[in-house]
Amino acid sequence: MWSIISVLVENKPGVLFKVTNLFRSRNYNIDSISVGITENPEFSRMTITTSADEKQLNQIIKQLDKMIDSVEVKHLEEKMSVYRELVLMKIKVSKPSDSMEIMNLANAFKCQVHDVRKTSIMVEITATPDRINAFEDLVRGYGILEIARTGLCALPRGGINED
Amino acid sequence: MEKMSGARSLMVALEKEGVELVFGLPGGANLPIYDELYKSNIRHILVRHEQSAAHMADGFGRVSRRPGVCFATSGPGATNIVTGIATAQADSAPMIAITGQVPSKMIGRDAFQESDIIGITNPIVKYAFQPMDAAEIPEVVKKAFYISSTGRPGPVLIDIPKDVQQNEAEMQFPNEVKIRGYHPWVDPDIREIERAIEMLLSSERPIILAGGGVIISGAFAELQSIAELLMIPVVTTFKGKGSFPENHPLSLGPIGMHGHAEANKMMVEADCVLAAGSRFSDRSVGTFEEFEKRLKIIHMDVDPAEIGKNQTTTVAVVGDIKASLRIMVKMLVQKAIKRGDNNPWLKKVNETKEYFRENLKLHPHPLGAAKVLRKLREVLPHQSIVTTEVGQHQMWASLFFDVIQPGTFFSSTGLGTMGWGFPAAIGAKAAKPSVPVLDIAGEGSFNMTENSLAVSVLDNLPVIVLLMNNFSLGMVAQWQRTFYDKRMIGIDLKNCPDYVKIAEAYGAQGIRAESIDEIGKAVQTALKSDVATVIDVPIDPQEDVLPFVAPGTPLKDMILPS
Repeated sequence: MWSIISVLVENKPGVLFKVTNLFRSRNYNIDSISVGITENPEFSRMTITTSADEKQLNQIIKQLDKMIDSVEVKHLEEKMSVYRELVLMKIKVSKPSDSMEIMNLANAFKCQVHDVRKTSIMVEITATPDRINAFEDLVRGYGILEIARTGLCALPRGGINED
Repeated sequence: MEKMSGARSLMVALEKEGVELVFGLPGGANLPIYDELYKSNIRHILVRHEQSAAHMADGFGRVSRRPGVCFATSGPGATNIVTGIATAQADSAPMIAITGQVPSKMIGRDAFQESDIIGITNPIVKYAFQPMDAAEIPEVVKKAFYISSTGRPGPVLIDIPKDVQQNEAEMQFPNEVKIRGYHPWVDPDIREIERAIEMLLSSERPIILAGGGVIISGAFAELQSIAELLMIPVVTTFKGKGSFPENHPLSLGPIGMHGHAEANKMMVEADCVLAAGSRFSDRSVGTFEEFEKRLKIIHMDVDPAEIGKNQTTTVAVVGDIKASLRIMVKMLVQKAIKRGDNNPWLKKVNETKEYFRENLKLHPHPLGAAKVLRKLREVLPHQSIVTTEVGQHQMWASLFFDVIQPGTFFSSTGLGTMGWGFPAAIGAKAAKPSVPVLDIAGEGSFNMTENSLAVSVLDNLPVIVLLMNNFSLGMVAQWQRTFYDKRMIGIDLKNCPDYVKIAEAYGAQGIRAESIDEIGKAVQTALKSDVATVIDVPIDPQEDVLPFVAPGTPLKDMILPS
C-alpha cells in the first residue's frame, strides 16, 4: 500500500538524518522524501511516501511521533489532499519529427519545455505520480536520457481547522 | 546572568540537577570539563574502561530512578560507552552521557580522536545534543535531564566540543524547559481503564503480566492491590522480575524462554492478560502470533509506540503505569469489587504451581544452580540489591532466586550485555550505600569488566560477586549441545584466571566456596566486609538451564528437564 506521511519537524541540522535513520533501523521503506522550510522558519515539512501495510504504517507514524524533533505527524489520505511531484526529464531527439511529437505530448501533459537542442529536449512536469508515469511511458520510446525527481510534496485539503 | 566557561556552566547545571557523583575517565578532549570537576563538589569515580562508566551510571539510574551521569573523552572514549548507552536504551534506564569532542573547527577533518558520536549513537539514544555555543549548555543540560528521566526513561548524550567547553559566555540557568515535540505526560484514558476492568471481570482465566514499566514507575503497591482485589495470578517478564513479591501466593514468576514452568503453563491457558509496562519481547512471548490469536490483550504502557508494535491489543491504556494502575485500584475500591479465591482458574493455577514446585527435576550436582541460588536467598537480606551478568547464571537467577522485596533486582534484559552486572552493581551501591549489593555472575561475563574491582576497592563501593563458575561460556555451550549436535567451539574458558587471586590482586577479598554450606558462610563473610568480595563457586559445566523455550517457538512447546 502506498501512503503519504507529512511530518512537521524542527528546522535544525541532523533531523533529516534522524528521520531516514529511523526508517533504516526499523526496516521500513522510503519511496520518496521531500523536505523544505515552512511559513515558520523554525519548522521544516517533510513529505514521505512509503509502501507499508496498515500495521506497519501505524508503527511508522507512532515512531515518527515519538521522535523528539518531530512536532506533528499526519497520514494524508489521497482523496483528502493535494499532492504533486516535479520531474525534469531529458528526452532524446533522433530525427526532426521527434521534436514536434515530444512537444505535442508535453503540451498535452501541461509540461514546461526548458531546453530544446538538436538531440534532446528537457521538459518539466509537475503532476501526480500516476500522471508522471503515464507521460514517462509515452516518451520512453524516444529514449529518456536523464531524469531528476523532487519526490512528492503534499498538503491536506481545507483550512487548518476545517475537517 | 553570570559569565563563565562552558565547562564551568556544565558543573553548575549538573549541581542544579542534584548530581553528586559522576563515573568517568578523562582524556584530551574533556580536560576542561575535568578541570572544572576538580573545582566542584561533585564526586568523581574513575573507571578503568569507559564502558563500565556507562554501566555504573545505568545501575545508579535504575536504582535511584534519576539519571546516572558518565563522562568520556572524544573518539575511543566516546565509542567505548556505546555498548553502555545501547544497554540503557534497551532497558529504558535514565542516563546522561557527556562526551568531549574535538574543537568545533576540527569537526569533520578526521582529527585525532575524532569520532562522530552523534551519528554513531543516533539509533540508541533517546536524544542527543551537541552544543556549538557555550551559552547553550545550561539549557541543554536541563533538557537532557528532563528528557532522560520523564516518560519512558532513556539515555541522553551531550557531546561538547573542546572549544565550547573553554569559551566564556553569559550563562542563564533555566528552571524549567519546554520541548515542542515531546509530551511525556499523558493522562490515562479513564474509559479504557473501565473497559479493562470489565474485560478482566468477564474473563474466566485472567492473568497479569507485569513488565519492567512497573519497576520503572515504582507501581508495586498498586500492582499488588489489583492482583489481590481481583485475585488474579501474576506472571512477570524477566525485566519485570521482582515487580511483584515472588513469595506471594498469587506469584507465578517470570514467563519466557527461561521462565518458570508454572508461569509459562498458565500464560498459555489464560484467556485475558493485563500487560502492564511490557513490550512483549520475543524472549518473553515466544512467538507473537501464538499470543494474540488466543488472548484478549489489555496493554498499558507509557510509550504509545509500544501499543500494537509486537501484539495486537484489545484495550490500550497509554500513560504512566503507576498512574494507570492507581486509577484502576480506585475504581475497584469505589465499585467495591473484591473477588474471592474460590474459582476453578485459581484452583488450577495453585495446583500447577504446587506440581512444578514439587516435581520439577533439578540438576543433581551438589552445586546445582537451584541449590546455590536458594542458599543465596536464604542468607542475603531481602532489601539487598541484586544485579546479574548475562548468560546461564542470569537465567538461573530468574528461575531459582526469588525476589521478595519489589524493585531490588536488575539485569541487562533487553540488550543482554555481558559485563553489565558488576559495574552496574557498583553504580547501584553508589546510589544506595546502605544496602548490600550483590552481582550474580558467570565468569565469562565478569571477565569482561572485572577491572572495575579497582573502582570498587579504591572508591569504597564494596559489592559482592557470586561467581557461578562453569569454566565456559555456558549459555553458548548449552545451545551448541542442544541445537548444534554437540559441536563445541569457542566456549572453553578453562580454569583461567584464578578469580580468588584476581580479587586479591586488586585488594578485594577472594573466597572459593565448594559446598552449599561454604557459599552461605562466604556470603555472610562478604556482607560484613569493607571491600568487594568475589565468591568463586565451581559449578558443573554440564548443567543446562531448564525449562527452555527454544527461540521462535511458542511457550506451550516448553522443554522441561527430564
